[in-house]
Amino acid sequence: MEINDAMVSYVAQLAYLKLDEDQRAQAAKDLARMIEYVGQLGELDTQGVEPMSHALPVVNVMREDEVRESMDREWILRNAPASKDGCFLVPKTVE
Amino acid sequence: MELFDLAALELGAKIRAREIGVEEAVRACLARMEEKEPQVHAFIRVTREQALRRAREVQRGIDEGVYTGPLAGVPMAVKDLISTRDVETTCASRMLEHYVPVFDATVMQKLQEAGAVCLGKTNMDEFAMGSTTESSYFGVTHNPWNLSRVPGGSSGGSAAAVAAREVFYALGSDTGGSIRQPASFCGVTGLKPTYGAVSRYGLLAYASSLDQIGPLAIDARDAAAVTRVIMGRDALDATSVDAPLPGMPEGDALSGLRVGVPEDYFGEGLDEQVRERVMGAARELQARGAQLVPVRMPELAYAIPAYYVLACAEASSNLSRYDGVKYGYRPKHFEDLHDLYLRSRSEGFGPEVKRRIMLGAFALSSGYYGAYYNKALQVKALIKRAFDRCFEQADLLITPAAPTTAYPLGSNTDDPIKMYLGDIYTVSVNMAGLPGLCFPCGFDEQGLPVGAQLIGPAFSEERLLRAAHAYQLHTPYHRQHPGEE
Repeated sequence: MEINDAMVSYVAQLAYLKLDEDQRAQAAKDLARMIEYVGQLGELDTQGVEPMSHALPVVNVMREDEVRESMDREWILRNAPASKDGCFLVPKTVE
Repeated sequence: MELFDLAALELGAKIRAREIGVEEAVRACLARMEEKEPQVHAFIRVTREQALRRAREVQRGIDEGVYTGPLAGVPMAVKDLISTRDVETTCASRMLEHYVPVFDATVMQKLQEAGAVCLGKTNMDEFAMGSTTESSYFGVTHNPWNLSRVPGGSSGGSAAAVAAREVFYALGSDTGGSIRQPASFCGVTGLKPTYGAVSRYGLLAYASSLDQIGPLAIDARDAAAVTRVIMGRDALDATSVDAPLPGMPEGDALSGLRVGVPEDYFGEGLDEQVRERVMGAARELQARGAQLVPVRMPELAYAIPAYYVLACAEASSNLSRYDGVKYGYRPKHFEDLHDLYLRSRSEGFGPEVKRRIMLGAFALSSGYYGAYYNKALQVKALIKRAFDRCFEQADLLITPAAPTTAYPLGSNTDDPIKMYLGDIYTVSVNMAGLPGLCFPCGFDEQGLPVGAQLIGPAFSEERLLRAAHAYQLHTPYHRQHPGEE
């Protein structure tokens, strides 16, 4: 599969990564190589095989819906790059 | 006997018998680190003061009968993607250079209740993505057996710390071989438990359906003791289950045990000396009464491509949380929210992490999902079936853990696929959710350790540990360490 610059830009956008020209060229090469490599999966006949997400049959794990103490707000914000008035601080998003 | 010739349980026994104090043991390890770390660099962070404080606390706990377990007071270390309250947990990434968890991972809590003394956080590949520990933002770790060689990865720091006897055991995590391959390269015993056996709460996620925490230890008994502490269902990890705790391995009798030898694991690409040592280990198990049975696993060839699709897809989703808002790296300058996300991620992640996120985003993208992600999930099902088939004929399998011994630093970084191929014997175990154990089974002609891998059905940890222990009762390799300079 040919990986062109438009494809790389699209995938970078999905991944929320900013690549300069050199990095885009490198990414095109890496992606092409990796996609070619994983493409060998196509050789295997998987007709009728149910896709398996989890190896163990653990489903719908529930717990009682009870009120519990949650983590301290101050703690949660301790690792925030920026915070104000007990909230995460982000750039203005609405004009 | 010299302190650093002891295994963790032996040191634990001496501590309980008051033959050695906890602080004395911790100070001895810290002194050893001062000597070893400049060359090995197994640690991102040594928590000296906390460790000394904790040593005194644990000693009091032992004296007062609070800590009665076999590992109480034994110095250990933790891979730097397991959350430790008030101690930086970086995933070896610039992204989390200053991240300080406000809670302990469940495994840390359990170990603390067992009287563990943690000496620091070990180096690893960035976000556990790698097989050499070279992608760490904080510099490479060197193999204690030969400083020009890689320690393996991604739990390379944990394996090297145990091999250099800087600590008596360490926690690692294994998504596609990240405990077993470094155990093989560093000559220690590593166990990746059954998926769900150990809580992942507080483990910084790479690929959640494959990740599992486990011990890197001096021998199978130590690995069993650590596993017994950290196992168990946890309300904070919905994928964790209540599995029977493995009993401590005793004795060397393996009569009646059917050990499968899958010929597909011994084919092209396997180093001749590794093949010989692993077959030697199989024959040793046979000498203990086990019966060797040939089995087939032709699906093995597709394990790596399927693994990389699934692991990268999950990584691209898991790592979307790093956006420069809630925690982690944020650049000083940015234009708007969109630019903040982009710059935080682009400057915070290293090249291998970006490579995998990109592949994952591709595999999950509209138009390619079916051909790649869904296909890989079907292959995963086929691999699980192939193991089920093998376990009709055998109680466990013996295979190499890696195709080679530790290779020179810098030799595998240019071509990602070349490095990925080194995971051929380990990744399928994660996809099928099975337990896998790696134990040292000799050295190659260059004096580098060789590891053999045992694979069993879900929740057969006890069986794997028993077989490895029987082997270790009759062989010296697990006792050997690089020693003094």
